[in-house]
Amino acid sequence: MKTYKPPAIPSSEITPQALFHARRKFMQMAGGASLAAIWPQALWAADKLTDVKKSAYNVAEELTPLKDVTRYNNFYEFGTSKDEPAINAGSLRTRPWTVTVEGEVKKPKVFDIDELLKMAPLEERVYRLRCVEAWSMVVPWLGYSLAELIKRVEPTSNAKFVEFVSLHDPEQMPGQKTAVLDWPYREGLRIDEAMHPLTLLTLGLYGEVLPNQNGAPVRIVTPWKYGFKSAKSIVKIRFVDKQPVTSWMKAGPGEYGFYANVNPEVDHPRWSQAKERRIGEFLKRKTLMFNGYADEVAGLYAGMDLKQNF
Amino acid sequence: MTIKNLDNRALGCVKTLVFLTSLLPLAKLGLAAYVDDLGANPIEKITHVTGYWALTFLLITLAVTPLRRLSGWLWLMRLRRMLGLFAFFYAALHFSTYLVLDQFFDWDAIGKDILKRPYITIGFSAFVLLIPLALTSNDAMIRRLGGKRWKTLHSVIYLCAIAGVVHFCWLVKKDLTNPIIFAVLLSLLLGMRFFFRFLNADKRKGTRHVVI
Repeated sequence: MKTYKPPAIPSSEITPQALFHARRKFMQMAGGASLAAIWPQALWAADKLTDVKKSAYNVAEELTPLKDVTRYNNFYEFGTSKDEPAINAGSLRTRPWTVTVEGEVKKPKVFDIDELLKMAPLEERVYRLRCVEAWSMVVPWLGYSLAELIKRVEPTSNAKFVEFVSLHDPEQMPGQKTAVLDWPYREGLRIDEAMHPLTLLTLGLYGEVLPNQNGAPVRIVTPWKYGFKSAKSIVKIRFVDKQPVTSWMKAGPGEYGFYANVNPEVDHPRWSQAKERRIGEFLKRKTLMFNGYADEVAGLYAGMDLKQNF
Repeated sequence: MTIKNLDNRALGCVKTLVFLTSLLPLAKLGLAAYVDDLGANPIEKITHVTGYWALTFLLITLAVTPLRRLSGWLWLMRLRRMLGLFAFFYAALHFSTYLVLDQFFDWDAIGKDILKRPYITIGFSAFVLLIPLALTSNDAMIRRLGGKRWKTLHSVIYLCAIAGVVHFCWLVKKDLTNPIIFAVLLSLLLGMRFFFRFLNADKRKGTRHVVI
């Protein structure tokens, strides 16, 4: 009896692996983009976060709809226009993911993302988000104070500033193939700002894990500062003794300062910061000092010239 | 009738076609507004789209003369007025969007913007300079002004186009790709004019030249 032998495939017919993956990637991207365009929001099937604690930090303002929060993003790692992150962020892999905490700390440590999700009780905090481009949103974030992480690594007395470094991988973040900014994206806070209870180590929004285009799997949210201060997709947190040079400071030193506190009295050199358009509203509203968080944070800047330290 | 010289009927058809095509960006915007597909910040979207098309039509208008020169199709010149008016049309929509939708007649804020913010100062100036061009775009005004003066007045369009591109460059936050594309195209169009002028001057002197 003859046994069946599969016909040999001539080597000329075998698709090189690189091409195979490129094609597969193209199909995934095309598929992802068209799905993103037609898929109903409810079917995005993000992971729900449970055991969420209510928080004292909630503004009683109408929430910006999830569809706007997830489709109008400044995340240059996925393109410079605001609709690109929602289309391109599918290529970001958020597992496995670690955050290295190092520098001026007694207990440097590499945190796994699943560890971070369980490290402290998650709170839902409804924060205003004010972009330096004079638009704003209200977002229900999920996370806990960054201070929870900071106290676990025990900063030394030399730790005057905290630097956040975002992922640098042009394969996952196609926007990094262009040098719009000096990659990786870097941001920073003064240690007292980083310790402030409002500074949120953010792991989710609207009850679910962070969508990729919103800075998954872990980001910072500092609601009294312009949005760009809130580093996304963080892989490293460094405690340092000197004020770090952030990506936007490098890109435009005259336009973007280290502090970047929301301030209606200090205009961006090219546009006014006195008013903002809340996404979904027609008339502009007045921008509030420290984005409405003056009671909580004004003390951090007592005696400082906010025009100089913009 | 040849492709170089269209008869009136053919030219009429071309004009209708160009007219309808030029309205497409507005139609697309209107449709997107109707089905609520302008994104999270519709006012910003409308501002960007109308501004983009104002600048695009300015460049298309400036492309007419070099194209006629290269192709020898004389009738192209007969489209120039309409294209220029579409540039004004989209610029007017762009300005109205700013005035009504963006600022909602907040004259105080508008005044501050025009005085203090260079990109608005220059963009607003470009728009104001386009107004006399649009107003004098009919045959009666050409006759009244006389061809030479009319031509001098209308060379202001170069200034408007340059100002428009600078306006675009100064307003973007970081990614200058699109403004630079406009700047390169505009330089090309202006450069061609210098080149043709140089050729003409040479011809007048009687030198022989191979024309492309």
